[in-house]
Amino acid sequence: MPTYVNMSACDGCGKCVDICPSDIMHIDKKMRRAYNIEPDYCWECYSCVKACPQHAIDMRGYADFCPLGHALTVLREPEKGQVSWKVQYRNGTVKQFTFPMRSTKEGSIKPPQEVVPPPSTEGLRSQLLSHEPEYLKVLSLPMPGSNVKTGGAQG
Amino acid sequence: MSTRSSKGTKFVDCDVLIVGGGMAGCGAAYEARHWGRKLKIVIVEKAHIDRSGAVAMGLSAINCYMGMRWNENTPEDFVRYVRNDLMGIAREDLVYDIARHVDSTVHLFEEWGLPIIYDKQTGHYKREGRWQILIHGESYKPIVAEAAKKSASEVYNRIMVTHLLRDSTRKNRIAGAAGFDVRNGTFYVFRARTVIVSAGGATHVYRPRAVGEGAGRTWYAPWSTGSAYALVIQAGAKMTQMENRLVVTRFKDGYGPVGAWFLALKAIATNVYGEEYERKYVEEQRKLYGNYVDAKPFPTCLRNDAMLREIRDGRGPVLIHTERVLDTREKEELGWEDFLDMTMSQSIAWASLNIDPKTTPSELQTSEPYVMGSHATCSGAWASGPSDISPPGYHWGYNRMTTVEGLFGAGDTVGGSAHKFSSGSFTEGRLAAKAAVAFIEDHPDERPEVDDSYIRSLKEEVFKPLETFEVRRNQIVAGTVSPLYIYARQGVVRLEKIMDEYCAGWGQMYTTNEYQLTRGLELLLMLKVDLQNLAAEDLHQLQRAWELHHRVWTAEAVVRHTLYRKETRWPGYYYRADYPKLDEVNWHVFVNSRYDPDTQTWTMSSEPVHQLVP
Ligand SMILES: Cc1cc2nc3c(=O)[nH]c(=O)nc-3n(C[C@H](O)[C@H](O)[C@H](O)COP(=O)(O)OP(=O)(O)OC[C@H]3O[C@@H](n4cnc5c(N)ncnc54)[C@H](O)[C@@H]3O)c2cc1C
Ligand code: SF4
Ligand code: SF4
Repeated sequence: MPTYVNMSACDGCGKCVDICPSDIMHIDKKMRRAYNIEPDYCWECYSCVKACPQHAIDMRGYADFCPLGHALTVLREPEKGQVSWKVQYRNGTVKQFTFPMRSTKEGSIKPPQEVVPPPSTEGLRSQLLSHEPEYLKVLSLPMPGSNVKTGGAQG
Repeated sequence: MSTRSSKGTKFVDCDVLIVGGGMAGCGAAYEARHWGRKLKIVIVEKAHIDRSGAVAMGLSAINCYMGMRWNENTPEDFVRYVRNDLMGIAREDLVYDIARHVDSTVHLFEEWGLPIIYDKQTGHYKREGRWQILIHGESYKPIVAEAAKKSASEVYNRIMVTHLLRDSTRKNRIAGAAGFDVRNGTFYVFRARTVIVSAGGATHVYRPRAVGEGAGRTWYAPWSTGSAYALVIQAGAKMTQMENRLVVTRFKDGYGPVGAWFLALKAIATNVYGEEYERKYVEEQRKLYGNYVDAKPFPTCLRNDAMLREIRDGRGPVLIHTERVLDTREKEELGWEDFLDMTMSQSIAWASLNIDPKTTPSELQTSEPYVMGSHATCSGAWASGPSDISPPGYHWGYNRMTTVEGLFGAGDTVGGSAHKFSSGSFTEGRLAAKAAVAFIEDHPDERPEVDDSYIRSLKEEVFKPLETFEVRRNQIVAGTVSPLYIYARQGVVRLEKIMDEYCAGWGQMYTTNEYQLTRGLELLLMLKVDLQNLAAEDLHQLQRAWELHHRVWTAEAVVRHTLYRKETRWPGYYYRADYPKLDEVNWHVFVNSRYDPDTQTWTMSSEPVHQLVP
């Protein structure tokens, strides 16, 4: 599907509507709950599932090639920096996995204006990008024919 | 005038306008801010930047990383790899440029919090393959988006960009972009001194293998709608290699990528009789395609070709033997994470079909063609390279500027160089943005000029499908069948059918000839006329209508290019049955095209391939 929304869990907050890259989670005007308006444009990307505060959205594999009786559910825990998955097979087999997803706190990234002073005008005319050559972790930006292999590794 | 469907017009003036907040767009915002501290930098995105683009669901690998600090690879090595994989035709200046900068991008990602997996023995990043490193990439896009949002002056989500604006006094100068708010119908006019198009690749140009409810299951995202190509083509930018569309080998139906399985887990693929087939046809391939068969690694298109030969001869399906490699929990986790971070549908397919990869092999399949500039193909805009290394003819002032003044591209948008992937696309966004800032410094007094009548006529055009529906629906009782209009949904199916049947889709085993291409073009042009009669019931359908417009323009370029190149350069991507051989003497060239928006005509040309790296 594609996604479907559990009637009793959804409170119509619209978070799934805001996030869906395909613009297919919409709020049903009568029910005031979310639903997938165009299942055949769903990528099963789980963006809406992960964004739903009520855990109201689930996935039922595309009807064309997925026999019923399966489930794939996700729990995203930003505070722990991890994401967990539960795979339920049609035949009852269950597999569970937990993976790291981020090593820093959400919101902690610094944009360039907070990290480095304004660059010089000459810098703008050079080939170096921001934080280079430092962040390349080699001594200088390679040029064709320059042998970076002996350019001296720093890290 | 159909403005009753719209809530009015908003004007936004800015210095750098970034169209598409995917990987390349986010890189552009970050870098533009670094060099242009006082500039107004605006991102306009049709979805929500936190989860938009090809990386919406995450990735499990970064496919472009040199590892120069550990002496793993040089940019020269990468250029040779890309050149061979593209069967000899690459803009080596662009490829080299990405390679020499991409490591700094990846190191930034790691600092921001993207977990990159280390090899405990070497202390280096754990390699999936020579160019790929493994990541825990569930939050890849939100991480990159966080950096971009904090760098940009403003981010406009849910604005579908429909047109670029041409300057009204200076021909061939970009002046901004226009589109509409998908939520409330406001018409947006962005007047910009420079524009960077980073609007991704194109799916659903060809009939997908997926059907019915599953039609959204393409390997590349269904929201990659060819906007990048259509926007820059109609602005008059020169395009390159649009015939070089991508066909990928993937797990059947779920479209799970194979990289981690082949490279990291070392799974093998066989025909249905258990025979390894990849090198089986080398001598036959050599006769047709020359010594590219000796390239290491074996070029992607030739691997596809070998697989298609097996299938044509009835020895399919090809099987990937996952069951032979998942002998430890660590490997099982790696295999599952690959899909749970990147293609959940594959996990769902396995669960529903009771396929445990530990015990059962899976079928592989070649996909429908996609149009892309960031993967193993190089379709896109013809862009200037960096001034220090680009040979004459490949450089006209500003890095990654198209042939339209002030109009830049990055990621899938830019042609001629492949294998950028997520990290290279972000890097290319950085390169384009730095050049855009330099462009602004060099043109301090130039302000975009767009006159009112132009804006009014565009606005009318953009909302026309709503009016078409409102006015003409009364001719029928109910339902979706009208003699006076078609819906985007109906148009996209027509497009897919034309492209599949006439321009070497999977339904024709990727084969075409001059007659088919000529006929295909005629049918496309009829579809293009019918687009004037598109109907949309609401703003969501209006978005689909403009996505269809963009797909059709993309398709037209693909057909024109395929018709022009009289050889088979990339077997396994497509075959010109009337020119079945690779023709190094006449066709070791880029195929370029330009649509002239004033005369509404296309001109085809070829450009020489200059080698930068021996
Ligand atoms: C399943 C899958 C697996 C992949 N695996 C890997 C991997 O393992 N490693 C790797 O490095 N790369 C991988 N890639 C490739 C990588 O994702 C792409 O190369 C990269 O995202 C391209 O960047 P881009 O900025 O050009 O396009 P995108 O990231 O797709 O961004 C395009 C943006 O433009 C927006 N947009 C489009 N049209 C409009 C419009 N008209 N108006 C406004 N906004 C618009 C879109 O919403 C989107 O945000 C994978 C991709 C997929 C789909
Ligand atoms: S995010 Fe969840 S609760 Fe909110 S509208 Fe969507 S489904 Fe309902
Ligand atoms: S899974 Fe992705 S494409 Fe499908 S409805 Fe949710 S957010 Fe949209």
